[in-house]
Amino acid sequence: MSDRDRFRAEIRAWLDASCPPSMRSRTNEYPEVWGGRRPEFPSPDAKLWLERMAERGYTAPTWPQPYGGAGLGPDEARILAEEMRALGCPPPLKSLGLWMLGPTLLEFATDEQKRAHLPPIARGELRWCQGYSEPGAGSDLASVQTRAVRDGDHYVVNGHKVWTSHADKSDWIFCLVRTDPSAPKHEGISFLLVDMASPGVTVRPIQLISGSSPFCETLFENVRVPVAHRIGPENGGWEIAKRLLQFERTFISTRRVDAADESQTLEGVARARLGVAGGVIADPILRDRIIQANIDLLCNRLTAERSREAAQAGLGIGAVSSMFKYYGTELAKRRKELRVAIAGYQGLGWEGDGFAADDLAATREWLRYRASSIEGGTSEVQLNIIAKRVLGLPD
Amino acid sequence: MSVFLLSPEQKAIQAAARAFVRERLPVSHLRALRDRRDPVGFSREVWRDMADLGWAGIVVPDEHGGAGLGLVELGLVLEECGRTLAPTPLLSTAVIGAGAIAAAADPLRREVLPALCAGQRIVALAAEEQPRFAPYAVATWARRSGAGWVLDGEKVHVVDGGAADQLVVVGRVAGVPGDRDGLVLFLVDRDAPGVSLQRLAMVDSRAAARVRFDQVAVGEERVLGVVGQGADLLDALFDRATAALAAEMLGGIQEAFERTLAYLKERKQFGVPIGSFQALKHRAAQMFCEIELTRSVVHAALAALDRGAADARILVSAAKAKASDTFILVANEAIQMHGGIGVTDELDIGFYLKRARVAEMTFGTAAYHRDRFGRLQGY
Repeated sequence: MSDRDRFRAEIRAWLDASCPPSMRSRTNEYPEVWGGRRPEFPSPDAKLWLERMAERGYTAPTWPQPYGGAGLGPDEARILAEEMRALGCPPPLKSLGLWMLGPTLLEFATDEQKRAHLPPIARGELRWCQGYSEPGAGSDLASVQTRAVRDGDHYVVNGHKVWTSHADKSDWIFCLVRTDPSAPKHEGISFLLVDMASPGVTVRPIQLISGSSPFCETLFENVRVPVAHRIGPENGGWEIAKRLLQFERTFISTRRVDAADESQTLEGVARARLGVAGGVIADPILRDRIIQANIDLLCNRLTAERSREAAQAGLGIGAVSSMFKYYGTELAKRRKELRVAIAGYQGLGWEGDGFAADDLAATREWLRYRASSIEGGTSEVQLNIIAKRVLGLPD
Repeated sequence: MSVFLLSPEQKAIQAAARAFVRERLPVSHLRALRDRRDPVGFSREVWRDMADLGWAGIVVPDEHGGAGLGLVELGLVLEECGRTLAPTPLLSTAVIGAGAIAAAADPLRREVLPALCAGQRIVALAAEEQPRFAPYAVATWARRSGAGWVLDGEKVHVVDGGAADQLVVVGRVAGVPGDRDGLVLFLVDRDAPGVSLQRLAMVDSRAAARVRFDQVAVGEERVLGVVGQGADLLDALFDRATAALAAEMLGGIQEAFERTLAYLKERKQFGVPIGSFQALKHRAAQMFCEIELTRSVVHAALAALDRGAADARILVSAAKAKASDTFILVANEAIQMHGGIGVTDELDIGFYLKRARVAEMTFGTAAYHRDRFGRLQGY
């Protein structure tokens, strides 16, 4: 038995013994566990599962052990992920800290900062949100106006952030702030970590067309932040911000693609709703669109696989995160629209009796997914990045 | 295990093919054949040199003089040929011909395969009888006659047929056109009595032909596969040929895109390179994404066929549908982005548009393969 096979066998045995049966699932639906100072768990088993995984560092498998991870190599981490999928073990924690901030800190933070901030992320003890966009800084992110003025060993922060997802439930926020208003816009930005419990931080939810409100506005009024909570050099935050956006894009695109179907396939719903004629979905036009969307989903997954293989061999496809962000979200939007189209009038119900629960959920998802190609950099911004970084087209 | 990364051996094949095609088969080669209305449609001399490099028999087992490699390797060569629209009988002879003869009885295999591998035998598939791909719509009748058979019928589109020495002919022994049952495949000599061949001047300037069979006598030893169950062999041949064609298309897509990208950077209007305009940048970036997706699915289809995967046919249809849509998108955009010079014959880019359309039609359009992709999965 090779080392790899032995590792796989150990992982499998541990997962099988440690993952509570009630958490096992064949679908992609992750438990809604976000951790934080005021954690909410859908069940006691969800809490237990998080604790067991965190204890082994498996919430952040590739992070070094001193920072709360398991210190696994890429091969071992892949085996862990494969075995989790095979046994139906869901990821125990949803977390911007794990997906975006953590990988960024690993590259840019000091050892002291990593020891302070990474372990609570890995254990799910602190929940993070993202303070990037502002009312005047959407796609043009580098024009952020939130000011941080040095006052001894603190910054005094004043400004207005929007689209701060789940800010109302988060403990800390990572922010882009302007530390030098006289410098060119990309060169006067710093990357700052702020405790949401600090005096002067106010959060207001924003209601969306889907009816839900995952997003908030976050206001800073004379908030005092220790200089030690700045990552990287003063006015050197833009490079860090861009790197974090790559992690965000990678995460958004994989989530969008993998979550696109969840419990229902388009063809399954179509067979049930549109009927079957001659062994195939009866409506030939919707059928063709469904198949096209399924082929594109397959191609996108294969490309993600190819990109993973290339990355493991040290041959990354350039700006690949922009491609997956763009294609994954545009495809997911198409699929959500198709799901609604298949259901006819029933796909356009807002609430109440007269509509099936899965149709109501599909309607809300269709509306929710309109944001997927806007948040984390619009599709147009991703196309700009591909044109510039991959294709080398001139400005 | 890696599915997509190339081994050092595969990289060497790719590099050799790239170098050979650049030197011997640039687009000007196709242009010259077209301009002199070449009756063969490709160069036999170049083909023999390709055979010397092992590509004619690339998927044929060593014992019959081949290289014993897979469709992934053949796909690498075809992709390079696709880049310059190189007219070669790879698809007809190295994929379909070699695959069909492999199903023959041993004496026939020994007779044909070594010659095929040496580049001395061009074999094409005479199957299609309809205006568009319909593999079982066969009305070419094969009737028993003594110890052999007699063939009657007409094949309207034979890929590389213009130069074939031998034809793999699909005939019907029972049922009605459209039935999957009742088919049979034969190997027929081009110059057998009763075979008449009309070279077709298609927009892509390849060697397609229409072939008539009039009371053509064929011996029993020339049967390929099982009489009445020819569709099993035919399906396998078309799946392999379709995936291989998609690889060729990928090369054409990539080259047309790269030429267009170079033009966007060099052509100036209003004092700036036209590639600085967002209207063109975004379309170029969208094409890049479609091309990356196409590359993944084409490679996955070839690899699935090589390892005999259960979902290989599904992947083949996904690959052909995707490659067809992407080739037409990229070829259309290539013309538009080149502007006025793009619609002149002087520039090569128009050849890519022409090849895109013929390749899309060949072995089933994007719509055909989407339908098949759904049917294979029960929807």
